[in-house]
Amino acid sequence: MASNTKTKPFGRFLIMGIVSSCLYVGLMMNQGTVNTYVSKGGMYAFLPVVAAFVFSYFHGTFTGDFWTILGVEAAKKKECK
Amino acid sequence: MHDVAQVVSNFIDLNAVNVTYLFLVGFVGGLVSGFIGSGGAFVLTPGMMSLGVPGLVAVASNMCHKFPKALIGAIKRAKYGQVDVKLGIILGVSAEAGVLYGAQVQENIKRIYGDAGSNLYVSVAFVVILAVVGGFVLRDAIKSYRSGDTSGEEKISPLARWIQSINIPGTMMHFKALNARVSILFTIPLGFATGMLAATIAVGGFIGVPGMIYLLGAPSLMASATELVIAFVMGVGGSFKYAMHGLVDIRLAMVILGGSLFGIQLGAMGTTYVKPYMIKMVMGVIMVTVLFSRALMVPVYMAQLGFISPITEDSVKLMKSTSFAIMIFALALGAFIVLKAMWQGKQEERRAELLESLNHGKI
Repeated sequence: MASNTKTKPFGRFLIMGIVSSCLYVGLMMNQGTVNTYVSKGGMYAFLPVVAAFVFSYFHGTFTGDFWTILGVEAAKKKECK
Repeated sequence: MHDVAQVVSNFIDLNAVNVTYLFLVGFVGGLVSGFIGSGGAFVLTPGMMSLGVPGLVAVASNMCHKFPKALIGAIKRAKYGQVDVKLGIILGVSAEAGVLYGAQVQENIKRIYGDAGSNLYVSVAFVVILAVVGGFVLRDAIKSYRSGDTSGEEKISPLARWIQSINIPGTMMHFKALNARVSILFTIPLGFATGMLAATIAVGGFIGVPGMIYLLGAPSLMASATELVIAFVMGVGGSFKYAMHGLVDIRLAMVILGGSLFGIQLGAMGTTYVKPYMIKMVMGVIMVTVLFSRALMVPVYMAQLGFISPITEDSVKLMKSTSFAIMIFALALGAFIVLKAMWQGKQEERRAELLESLNHGKI
């Protein structure tokens, strides 16, 4: 019952979903340019690493909220030992 | 240093079918990783190669999806109090050294014995390590299940108790996961072996997690969660190294990440519903199943090296497809056990809540 009364993060889910979608659409629409720069190597190595952090922040928050909104959450009694 | 045009040509064309396939395999891989701390990579790398991605690009892109996934998984599991960041970072740093050394060993074997020699080395490493470690983990999980004592605190192995009892001045460190002090002279070789395995078979956790449980004395839940920190530390360095040579296909990495971030959240939540021995059960089942997949390929590489009589082309094709199918099956089986255990845990929680509310009603 407690979980039903908890506010679900609809607003953040929506914002993160939009940003995440934009990131993926942007990446796929500019595949050629992205590949050219990434394949140069050297200092361009920062590109995929930074991109991975950016994608994981927005898409990671989005996927977390996705399960919360669906009602899939961790057990209330947490065991770790 | 390297030819940009050639590297760009290594990047395959992506279509809706490829993207869906990678997204789905990423999801299942993420689910298993969120639960046992690793896994998925052993299917993703050959999976990408089956789409025409060159081996090194597949390894590099897999690594570039792995570290952000591990980061999100570690953050999620830290919320449940399952992560020992200090232990993860210390093991992760020595694992990084293991990755570099393992990659060097691989390169040397490839230079001397060619592709077949390198493949044989990887397959034999797979078979031996998975047979010994996977067999031990699975046997321990089955023993816990049969004993009926599955809900209580896990017992520390005699070896871990001995390691915890050794005091080497100037090297001792307290770790939350172990609730004990352990010499870093024991953690360094463990991290190094984890990294070496990661460089060899792409899944360092098959050594890292059992090592933390049976050698250091960490509970299964904390060991599998801390493995995500190790994977993150190893992955950032490894990805950067590959990216320096222009080998990361960022599109592949991000598509797999797209699916795996859905999976890892679910797998991490799954750990809060299950009894600790389930971590060992899933890991043991996956390891032992994958072992058969790689064992099937050993005769192929031995024949290519001339150690045994040649095998016909059709038989090689059949063995390759069967091997890949077994790997997919191993991952799917692991995911099925995770989801089933999670479902049962949720049902038990509901029953307990119902009982509690009924009892309150009586009072």
